[in-house]
Amino acid sequence: MAAKASRAAFGEALTELGAKDERIVTLDADLSKSTMTTGFAKKYPERAFNVGIAESGMIGVAAGLALAGRVPFACSFACFLVGRFETIRVSVAYSDAPVKLVGTHVGVAIGEDGYTQMGLEDIACLRSLPNIPIVQPADEIETKQAVAYAVEHAGPIYLRLTRQNLEPVHDAAYRFRFGKADVLRAGSDVSILATGGPLWNALEAARRLAAEGIHAEVVNVATIKPLDEETILRAAGRTGHVVTVEDHSIHGGLGSAVAELLGEAMPTPMKRIGVTTFGESGDAKGLYARHGLDADGITASVRKFLGR
Amino acid sequence: MANPDVAKLESIAREGRVQIIRMLTHAGSGHPGGSLSAIDILTTLYFNRMRYDPARPSWEDRDRFVLSKGHCVPAQYFCMAKAGFFPMDRLITLRKLGSPLQGHPDRVALPGIEAATGSLGQGISVSVGMALGLKLAGKGARVYCVLGDGETQEGQVWESLMSGPKLGAPHHHLDNLCVFLDYNGIQLDGFVKKILDLEPVTDKLKSFGWPVLEVNGHDVAQVDKALDQAEATKGGPTFIVAHTVKGKGVSFMENDPEWHGKAPKPDEAVRAIREIVGTPVPAWAARVVAELDALGKK
Repeated sequence: MAAKASRAAFGEALTELGAKDERIVTLDADLSKSTMTTGFAKKYPERAFNVGIAESGMIGVAAGLALAGRVPFACSFACFLVGRFETIRVSVAYSDAPVKLVGTHVGVAIGEDGYTQMGLEDIACLRSLPNIPIVQPADEIETKQAVAYAVEHAGPIYLRLTRQNLEPVHDAAYRFRFGKADVLRAGSDVSILATGGPLWNALEAARRLAAEGIHAEVVNVATIKPLDEETILRAAGRTGHVVTVEDHSIHGGLGSAVAELLGEAMPTPMKRIGVTTFGESGDAKGLYARHGLDADGITASVRKFLGR
Repeated sequence: MANPDVAKLESIAREGRVQIIRMLTHAGSGHPGGSLSAIDILTTLYFNRMRYDPARPSWEDRDRFVLSKGHCVPAQYFCMAKAGFFPMDRLITLRKLGSPLQGHPDRVALPGIEAATGSLGQGISVSVGMALGLKLAGKGARVYCVLGDGETQEGQVWESLMSGPKLGAPHHHLDNLCVFLDYNGIQLDGFVKKILDLEPVTDKLKSFGWPVLEVNGHDVAQVDKALDQAEATKGGPTFIVAHTVKGKGVSFMENDPEWHGKAPKPDEAVRAIREIVGTPVPAWAARVVAELDALGKK
């Protein structure tokens, strides 16, 4: 399988699922070419709605559709979608309306457009709501299965998707399990828990560290909420050192969720790698390097964390 | 519906006003002004218009009611109790710990509430989505929404006002949607005209593509007639501007911003109820008066 953006895999999966399930509808706020629901809209024009540049209204309309028995996917850049937090909070979460929220263009990896278009706080915001799970698939196969899962999930759910291509980390036999993290590489010295865009870089870092005699376990945390406590505690117990990697603010994301878990259940030395500032314009590669999210950065952080 | 039983509806609305005063007094907080301005609209909807079955609140073909101005939910709680969704006795659990009668509507806690509202501006968007969802599902059910006038200052309201007449076209026009404006002219901080005037609101709505009907929102026959017109209007949703009086029915509450969000004391409540029901005080109202008298002596 070639590298593919999770937003592209999402669009393809949705178009396929739309044939089997006529309850599925899409809502966009003038970014359908970017969220990649255009394939669905072309095939099922009567079930694709572009509400204009009006994200709050879109989320409210999605809630109404969900409460009337449809399966709405409300799509925009993660920052614009979750930026309308108050509508998500009441019309979706508190009403328990089974809206499928889809935030694309997450993280600094969107590159040149700069900070205003980067989803960097979406996990932090949505983690605070009691009933919205957060799923960030790592590659094409996982994305397609996560989209299918979202259709069947009884309540609201958030899918966090990338603009940039993601290298495959799973083989064709992979089966996504909601709420389960999957161990991609075994290791005994340190557990790297990664999600989304930089996961591939974490795997590359583990390969480099192995050459230096540091054996890093790499775990793909696709479901950020609810956290797979069992797998993470087992990993922490095994290696005694935990590093989290995410293209999201260091505050309130995967690293925070893991720190909360370990702090209460199994205090373990930890290093969080993520975004600590506003983002900025630049090329995606350069930005990952600047924020320590590339293989070099992760390798260096792990080495330093272990005192090696 | 043709020839509504006006006397019956007025009698229910009068009882509603008494129950609103009663529950707010027990709660010690809440929003009497807007509940009293909206009660005649809600009474007409619940007792002469909407199809629903209190025994089956999730019945797919039911008409939907969304109170976008969620803080006035005491008016809706009364209608729901009167219609049989829950016992009338439960009204005085309003805002108390453990009660499904939350200060603002909670869809999950109270079957029959269609959407959580209270964060203003959202209910109309949800109503638009419900109307579209029902159309897509081939259902004939209708959606009714009540907006506040202060609420209409919210940007999200105008997003939905812009999309409502267009969404679903050409196959699924939202002619199953009817939105009311409870135009009582007062919001929490004072008069709407002074804070952020909506005028000329009817022209604005028309320019957004809505057919607009104007009624006296306390005249149930007028409200009902407008609902007939709305139902007969095809090709898009209808907007009803209901001119109302904040605190309607209680002289010392009428048109006074103070009574937007303040509960009456028991003695004030008794005075209010006596005004609402007139003399002689009917037996059911006398029981409420006695109950509130006792509450005042606690």
